[in-house]
Amino acid sequence: MARMKFLCDADRCIECNACVTACKNEHEVPWGINRRRVVTINDGKPGERSVSMACMHCTDAPCAAVCPVNCFYTTADGVVLHSKDLCIGCGYCFYACPFGAPQYPRVGNFGSRGKMDKCTYCAGGPEADNTAVEYEKYGSNRLADGKLPLCAEMCSTKSLLAGDGEIIAQIYKERVVKRGYGSGAWGWKTAYKETIAS
Amino acid sequence: MTRMFARLRIVIVMAALAAFAAMAVPATAQQPTSVNPTASSVKEEQLFQELQRIQGRGTIPDKKSYVLEQPEGRNWQAFHNNGMRWLGAIAILGMLALLVGFYLVRGMVRIDGGRTGRTVVRFNSFERFVHWMTATCFIILALSGLNITFGKQLLLPLIGPGTFSAWSQWAKYAHNFLSFPFTLGVVLILLMWIAGNIPGKVDVEWIKQGGGLIGNKHPPAKRFNAGQKMIYWIVVLGGGAVAATGYLLMFPFYGTDIAGMQFAQMIHGCFALLFVAAMLGHIYIGTIGMEGAFEAMGTGEVDTNWAKQHHSLWAEEALARQKTEPTVPPPAATPSMTPAE
Repeated sequence: MARMKFLCDADRCIECNACVTACKNEHEVPWGINRRRVVTINDGKPGERSVSMACMHCTDAPCAAVCPVNCFYTTADGVVLHSKDLCIGCGYCFYACPFGAPQYPRVGNFGSRGKMDKCTYCAGGPEADNTAVEYEKYGSNRLADGKLPLCAEMCSTKSLLAGDGEIIAQIYKERVVKRGYGSGAWGWKTAYKETIAS
Repeated sequence: MTRMFARLRIVIVMAALAAFAAMAVPATAQQPTSVNPTASSVKEEQLFQELQRIQGRGTIPDKKSYVLEQPEGRNWQAFHNNGMRWLGAIAILGMLALLVGFYLVRGMVRIDGGRTGRTVVRFNSFERFVHWMTATCFIILALSGLNITFGKQLLLPLIGPGTFSAWSQWAKYAHNFLSFPFTLGVVLILLMWIAGNIPGKVDVEWIKQGGGLIGNKHPPAKRFNAGQKMIYWIVVLGGGAVAATGYLLMFPFYGTDIAGMQFAQMIHGCFALLFVAAMLGHIYIGTIGMEGAFEAMGTGEVDTNWAKQHHSLWAEEALARQKTEPTVPPPAATPSMTPAE
């Protein structure tokens, strides 16, 4: 069974934000919600580095562990999804997430949170696959059609890789060997408790 | 002449091309060296060692999105699920066990010599109103708060996810809205009763005699004894901390970053659990623990015997005041008098 993961090759990311735009467009993500974002470290200085980050779909997801109403579930592919019907908007998953993936619309009183929204690995939610209801709540379900997440498909430098963890780790290792350098798979130790030696 | 210049031009161009070709040849003849263009960039491990989290800059207005990785999230979650749950379970169940045990051994503390039937005013209507407003809010805040920490283990298996989520949603709204009257109540309690709750010598004596919990002693006390003063300060300081951190949680990231929010939640949760344990003791002693105690907050008037036994120093002043300004008319019949008409 495939175990889906994300890998952002920090040596190739050029901060073009194509992944961000692709995700926002594909799922019609409302204004203010940022499922995917690009963070630039040492911006403007020599040694500037950019990394694209969204939900990493962790092993032992801390968001799922902390949720007071157990609205998360992990699919057979290792994709971490949640139910917006059960979510109460308490915000704890954001405190627990090492990657800042959960996003909340500010719809309540006192600036309080609405239902949590996050990257779904383009795999929709608990509703039936590719229905209008599912699209409205969670965005498009590409995985059900056998396609990979759009952010990785649209990456202009192929720095963002998505797919079965073994396969993308292999691709990354080959790259590192061919070009002679690689800063490792950012976030893999925290999310999957494994590293890719570089 | 022009033909000569034309030929000269062609020769110059050919020479230039040849020169370029000559320059190019050595380059293509080289093997590609693995130059690392990102050699001076930071690495993930290095950043983790320097700071606990990785932070950069982004292009969207949401500033907290500039944090790339904060692994302390997992630590906070582990504490919330493990440490805090155990703290709460031990504090609350431990207190319940203590109270049940104490009641079985000691029973209800009776008024020595029985009731006289005469009463003295202990708390006026404003004080009682503030107390009950705060107390009712506290009960609902405690239950909705406990639901967040213990609900999915204890309640969810009984009522199923749909019902549990609906209940939790309304509990969250109640928790957020009732925080305001609760905070107001704590502030009023602070102002109303601070004069009577400053610790003093009488309290040291009272504590030395165990507050009368063991044996049948009745150490002297003023309006509030040392036990009540402890409850007062727990409510004011503990309640203050819980309210302050609660508002930080309710208005997230208004001046705190992610570490601040995690810290606020830990303080809020731990203090609240200890608060609940302390209030269980307070509720016990005010209801079934002591005969004649509930009336103090119920009607505001207590039996004079009760007053003399448990708050002797206060009772003297209160009764003296009552004689000079009788607000309570003496009752029509006392048990000793039988109408011999």
